[in-house]
Amino acid sequence: MEHPYLFVVKFFELIGFGHFAHAYPWVIYSWFVMIVLIILAFLAVRKIEMIPSGAQNVFEILISGIEEFMVEITGEEGRPFFPLIATVFLYIATCNLLGLIPGFYPPTASINTTLSCALTVVVFTHVIGVKFHGAKYIKHFLGPVWWLAPLILIIELIGHFARILSLSIRLFGNITGHELVLGILFLLAGAFFAPLPIMALGIFVALLQAFVFLLLSIIYFSGAMEEAH
Amino acid sequence: MEGMTIQTQALQFFIACVTAAGFGIAIAAFGCGIAQGIGLRSAVEGIARNPESSGKVTVTMIIGLALIESLCIYALVVALILIFAHPQAASIAALFAHGG
Repeated sequence: MEHPYLFVVKFFELIGFGHFAHAYPWVIYSWFVMIVLIILAFLAVRKIEMIPSGAQNVFEILISGIEEFMVEITGEEGRPFFPLIATVFLYIATCNLLGLIPGFYPPTASINTTLSCALTVVVFTHVIGVKFHGAKYIKHFLGPVWWLAPLILIIELIGHFARILSLSIRLFGNITGHELVLGILFLLAGAFFAPLPIMALGIFVALLQAFVFLLLSIIYFSGAMEEAH
Repeated sequence: MEGMTIQTQALQFFIACVTAAGFGIAIAAFGCGIAQGIGLRSAVEGIARNPESSGKVTVTMIIGLALIESLCIYALVVALILIFAHPQAASIAALFAHGG
């Protein structure tokens, strides 16, 4: 089912890129989310004070909360990787919440966005593993005993591909399912505010799915950083 | 099954796919409900046993419920693929466009 009316797409039609905007709404709305996040961050750090207040306060609570949560699970050596994790978390949370506003299409409702986020995180897991362990990173995939190594290697490789699939499909399925339910309820009983309870659930689901993505990314990072079995 | 045109066979295939999608997501939701109920029971027992750990237990329970729910979401994605993004959708649509 096609989205009826999307504001940013209409805006792009006005400036002449209507064909591109209709074919790829998730790209257009990704740009919109990027602009929103950059403007919010710029507003928050315009005047940095020792005793924060207002937007700076909110952002400090958010960022330090995520950082403490991450360091609690990965240990001190995970601190340099915090910016990537926090960026992915804020981006996914904003994308998900965008779907609750009528007339906006959440970029995470397309498998392209979620697959790109999942691929980034999983490839970075391997980068971390190679950086911390060098060539001995392969021992992570070989298991505890040497005579089971070929079997364990295949199982671990499949497991790592399954991580990419599960991360992307979990996020995509949640948000697309939510958008489908909203669309159907609008068709059935839109005049009676029927989609409202689903939208309330949607706020919870949006934040929770971003948090689950964050948690799983942190667990994968710490798994690559620790010693092999 | 002689006497049936290719359009009828294609339509029956599509009907079978949609029925499978309906049953698939129903069975997945059934399993997901039981699993989340068991997890929830353990969490509530933990809180009843030790009310001070309520914060940590609740957070762990929510994370566990989200991960169990994702299994049901995988089944939902397969059901959506069967209904909307059917692998043979293009050729079946072509059948109905030409013949008929």
